[in-house]
Amino acid sequence: MSLQERLVSGDVRALARLMTYAENDYPEATRVIKELYDKTGGAYVIGITGPPGAGKSTLTDKLTKALRARGKTVGIIAVDPTSPFTGGAILGDRIRMQDLFTDQGVFIRSMGTRGHLGGLSRATQTAVRLLDIFGKDYIFIETVGVGQSEVDIVKTADSVVMVLMPGLGDDIQAIKAGIMEIGDVFAINKADLDGADRTKIEIEMMLDLNENREWRPPISKVVAVDNSGIDDLLERIQNHRYYLESSGELVSRRLRNTKQELVSLIRDRVVEFILEESGERFSVDRLVESIASKDMDIYTAAEEILRKIKK
Amino acid sequence: MDKPIRVLVAKPGLDGHDRGAKVIARAFRDAGMEVIYTGLRQTPEQIVETAIQEDVEVVAMSILSGAHNHLFPIVVNMLKEREADDILVVGGGVIPDDDIPGLKEAGVAEIFTPGTPTSQAIEFIKQNIKR
Repeated sequence: MSLQERLVSGDVRALARLMTYAENDYPEATRVIKELYDKTGGAYVIGITGPPGAGKSTLTDKLTKALRARGKTVGIIAVDPTSPFTGGAILGDRIRMQDLFTDQGVFIRSMGTRGHLGGLSRATQTAVRLLDIFGKDYIFIETVGVGQSEVDIVKTADSVVMVLMPGLGDDIQAIKAGIMEIGDVFAINKADLDGADRTKIEIEMMLDLNENREWRPPISKVVAVDNSGIDDLLERIQNHRYYLESSGELVSRRLRNTKQELVSLIRDRVVEFILEESGERFSVDRLVESIASKDMDIYTAAEEILRKIKK
Repeated sequence: MDKPIRVLVAKPGLDGHDRGAKVIARAFRDAGMEVIYTGLRQTPEQIVETAIQEDVEVVAMSILSGAHNHLFPIVVNMLKEREADDILVVGGGVIPDDDIPGLKEAGVAEIFTPGTPTSQAIEFIKQNIKR
């Protein structure tokens, strides 16, 4: 049986192998997706993001159990940073998900960022599609611990859960301009610690500044390790889903994301193409030398390349 | 950059001594590998399911409880049952020399006992994974 047939028949090894191909840029992964593209779009994709140590993995574990209790199947993609120096990574998100390993309705894949910025890996979107084709009802994407600008998740997920915790204090102020804007639902984890109410007030105040949007992100207080508040959080995520579906926003959100992905895919291909073409009709290296010796400026060089390519 | 080797560092058995596993996990990472680390007290079922979902090329198990003769072969056999015996299985921890031939017989590719330089384990993996 081919990998494609095995994937459709529910073979976990085939799914895992195709994800490896996606990560390693082997064309087999995209070839299979091309064949099975009409099977995508059925899964609901939830992004779990937030600063390091907020409890993203534990929360993902608990939300998954809550969905399993409702008879839903779940795929999880957990992204951790790759060392820019060695290319190695320790992928440790599974430590918080041990009960899920042998649940046949759950598939977990750990991924290193492999040099990709933005909080996800380059293969994340392809992995999501494979899980979607495989037939998972829900897909969680757990981002790396985020700081200021890792907002790729908003281009990939239907609902984004921003996980925070008490004691971040003024940090919320510091990060609000970047990542705080992407939360569709807020979860204050470790809400048994001092300062949970204050954190909630700070988030409310931040949301007050942005009153003219149709969906006001709700805030859930949870203690993930004690499984407390999880049902409430899940309900708020579901409410966001109903809002997206009933307002038509889900369609336009996915459309927007598809466009962005297509544009960045084309961008990658065009750059690849130009670098491959370099040497025959024009030489990127020679143009770089001209720029260095001030025979040409960098803008003219770029225009020169484009002119040659268009011919 | 080459495609990184994916390796599962797992701790089967009931002992709570994960220092060795953590040291080896860091050494593997520094050698450019992607290390999936799953924490303490893993059952063979958990290890095998994780190895398959993560599509690792190596399962490295560390055990200090003395249950290696029981647990290592179970993992090897379960991988075989799942048609995943292309995955290289290696072991480490407090393992008496007399037990090593039996473990190799059972399908464990190599055993690294205390004092082995991490570079030796890394080299062994690079030489022996099936690519």
